[in-house]
Amino acid sequence: MTHYILQNYWWLIMSVLGALLVFMLMVQGGQSMLITTDKAKRPLLINSMGRKWELTFTTLVTFGGAFFASFPLFYSTSFGGAYWLWMSILFSFVIQAVAYEYRSKAGNVYGTAFYDTLLLINGVVGPVLLGVAVASMFFGAEFTVTKANILNAGGNATISQWTNPLHGLEAIADWRCLLFGLMVFFLARTLASLYFINNIDDEEVNRCQHKHLLINSAIFVVLFLATCAVILTSPGMAVDDNGENLAMVDYKYLHNFLDMWWALALFLLGVVAVLAGIGKSLLDKRFTGGIWLAGSGSIVVVMTLFWVLGYNGTAYYPSLSDAASSLNLRNSSSSVFTLTVMSVVSILVPFVLAYIAWVWHKMDHVKLTTGELDATDHKY
Amino acid sequence: MTQLLLNVVDWSRAQFALTACYHWLFVPLTLGLGVIIAIMETMYYRTRDEKWLATTKLWMTLFGVNFAIGVATGIILEFEFGTNWSNYSWFVGDIFGAPLAIEGILAFFMESTFIAVMFFGWKKVSPRFHLAATWLTAIGASLSALWILVANAWMQYPTGVTFNPETMRNEMTSFLDVALSPMAINKFFHTVLSAWVLGSAFVIGVSAWMLLRGRNRDHCLRSLKIATWVGIAGIVLTMVTGHSSAVTVAEHQPMKLAAMEGLYDGGRDQAIVAFGVLNPEKTVDNDENPYLFDFSIPYGLSVLAANDPHSFVPGINDLIAGRSINEAGDTVSTISYAERIERGKLAKEALAQYGEALQSENTARQAELRKIIDDNFNHLGYGYLERPEEAVPNVPLTFYSFHFMVAAGGYLLVFLFVVLAMLYKPQWFKRLRKLEKWGYYLAILTVPITYLCSMSGWIVAEVGRQPWTIQDLMPNKVAISDLSVGYVQTTFWIFAVVFTALLIADISIICRQIAKKSKLDLEKDHD
Repeated sequence: MTHYILQNYWWLIMSVLGALLVFMLMVQGGQSMLITTDKAKRPLLINSMGRKWELTFTTLVTFGGAFFASFPLFYSTSFGGAYWLWMSILFSFVIQAVAYEYRSKAGNVYGTAFYDTLLLINGVVGPVLLGVAVASMFFGAEFTVTKANILNAGGNATISQWTNPLHGLEAIADWRCLLFGLMVFFLARTLASLYFINNIDDEEVNRCQHKHLLINSAIFVVLFLATCAVILTSPGMAVDDNGENLAMVDYKYLHNFLDMWWALALFLLGVVAVLAGIGKSLLDKRFTGGIWLAGSGSIVVVMTLFWVLGYNGTAYYPSLSDAASSLNLRNSSSSVFTLTVMSVVSILVPFVLAYIAWVWHKMDHVKLTTGELDATDHKY
Repeated sequence: MTQLLLNVVDWSRAQFALTACYHWLFVPLTLGLGVIIAIMETMYYRTRDEKWLATTKLWMTLFGVNFAIGVATGIILEFEFGTNWSNYSWFVGDIFGAPLAIEGILAFFMESTFIAVMFFGWKKVSPRFHLAATWLTAIGASLSALWILVANAWMQYPTGVTFNPETMRNEMTSFLDVALSPMAINKFFHTVLSAWVLGSAFVIGVSAWMLLRGRNRDHCLRSLKIATWVGIAGIVLTMVTGHSSAVTVAEHQPMKLAAMEGLYDGGRDQAIVAFGVLNPEKTVDNDENPYLFDFSIPYGLSVLAANDPHSFVPGINDLIAGRSINEAGDTVSTISYAERIERGKLAKEALAQYGEALQSENTARQAELRKIIDDNFNHLGYGYLERPEEAVPNVPLTFYSFHFMVAAGGYLLVFLFVVLAMLYKPQWFKRLRKLEKWGYYLAILTVPITYLCSMSGWIVAEVGRQPWTIQDLMPNKVAISDLSVGYVQTTFWIFAVVFTALLIADISIICRQIAKKSKLDLEKDHD
């Protein structure tokens, strides 16, 4: 396979992982609801999410690892540059990992409320800032890339330099990035409600989650439309097939959708699936499959957003400081050999997804009840 | 500390060391206890004896508490390569990223999927499926260790790559060379098997505490038997792989071996220091005796390094001066560090000019420069050094960590065989019954000793290879991100406070769980 095809293939893999991560952020969405949930019902929600949090965590780690392996220049530029943004995201996941296991254990030193606060922080900060980070790929960031810097003796030898002294915090202050982040946050909350409806057998939880679903999905739809409008009217960095001759082009992402009609068709199909999942769940209170409909739809929508971000001669990480430093699939990827090796490994991805789905089914085909929680020793 | 650490390189190193050390407090217990639990559940599956189920569930509870904090401390390590070591991420991302991605795809998903079955699936899946899930969790943890250790081994012994001056990075040419390098194989087995020993020591220590309290004797004896066998397998094989690790270190990182031994002037028939105290006045440029006191074993280091009692083992001064002794006993010259610095600078200069030749499309000049780069690339990292002495790691820290690790490993071998004898031949110890209580205390004390031993091993591996991020190719000062000292100081202290707070909670929960479970009759009160 040529380098060109491999680079495109790995962007496809990244889009799949990114989309799965957004889907799994339903765990964070659920965590953000804990504070408004009746204390008596809180254990049901926590234990329902607690059996899935590691999958979200693992997807994030794999997303990072795959980016490192396939597009290392993005890894070194964005992570080293937008330091505070990424550190805040990581910090929120560090505190999440222990919160489930420790919150109800005797001797946890700081009390259950402390760990629930950690879950709340991760529930809000995780989706919002991950959204901000992805949005900065659409709207650009302030950095330069000069590979010869590495030969500097004594001076600054760093290849990728961030030219904004806020090192990532400036992205949070950008209303477009924040809008994207809030949209991801409300999507996560919407998916969380659908997941609880599917996973928990409790009348009160069900009623309460339908109410949450109505409010969160309404906000999500408004934010989603606004985000789409901003993205489609924004300029993007165009690049030729060799990864050279970069220039800002108005309505680049809209052009990408129009040029890649199949991506637009899938995007619209995904939107319909999300709306159908939400709508059917709201209209038919006995319908519990909304998570699968809206979940698959959100996965497809996120994938297509990644495609318009990186395909069709687009720099997926435009530099606002130096257009020539912008990162695209050609100038930031690993070598042919590494991408080929990784492609062989990627053949196992469907197998991995299959066993996750199988185990998920095995564990969740009977819904979680208060009775099950009372009868089990290992609970959160 | 603020006075000791002056620049962003030091603080970035300190942050990585801090997060890695915290992570390594929890990982070996996950690796070791995972295997022990899987064996216990296998016993339950085969016998359907509820006692085995109770024993399995007790250790599984402690496994869960430890696993969570291991995951929490682990995520930051992967992303720190990007956040704090951004040059490194580009320079070797083509090689280093692949094992990390494979770790995520093949190992982490296996762990995270099946651990849910392990904890919550007792009544949801068949016993056979549950047993498979427990084994797959343990295997997933070991597979995860495999890939991260492959990546770490590559930093110590970069192989299977070629340098591309156009992209200014190393590019992989042989995945098998990277994944199956002797450094990677030895590192994986040495690390994972040593984790079995730690898991074993943990189970023995906790069981000893329960026995001291006179609680759940049968349960403790069952646990002790499994743990001791795992521990013995672990310690014996750790010693074997420790020796083969030393051989690869001698071959590829001779400076590290010299630092491990505090050896300044090496020779043939080289003795190994079994116990010694370093002379703090000794430096590379004086003639002080390296040791204030030492007890050495003749030929030991020559055997350890090359399986040959007469082989030459270079000391720090030999390596700096490029001095060796051949089989005839004659002193011969190899490449000195001063020359390596010169050749490194030559490679750097050629690289800088290569960029210009590339832009002017001067292919003849490119070929000429390419030859200079290729001929001198193995010394590139030295081109960033000012003095040969900069390539010498911290000798006291490496020396004492190595000797503590070896001494503690020797103690663990004896300890585990004694525990085994006590379990299977209690009659041998009839006369020592009065000392039984002290034996339990010793078993409890062995837990922190094993942790220190395990941590010492990593200190030897990582401090001993300084100043290199990638051996001979990239020193730390070139690998870092463009960040201010204040930024890294801030995140360092945030992680120091948060991880310490979580460690306190972790220890407290584990102690409380042990106390709580020990008060129950485990064979009746498990759910």
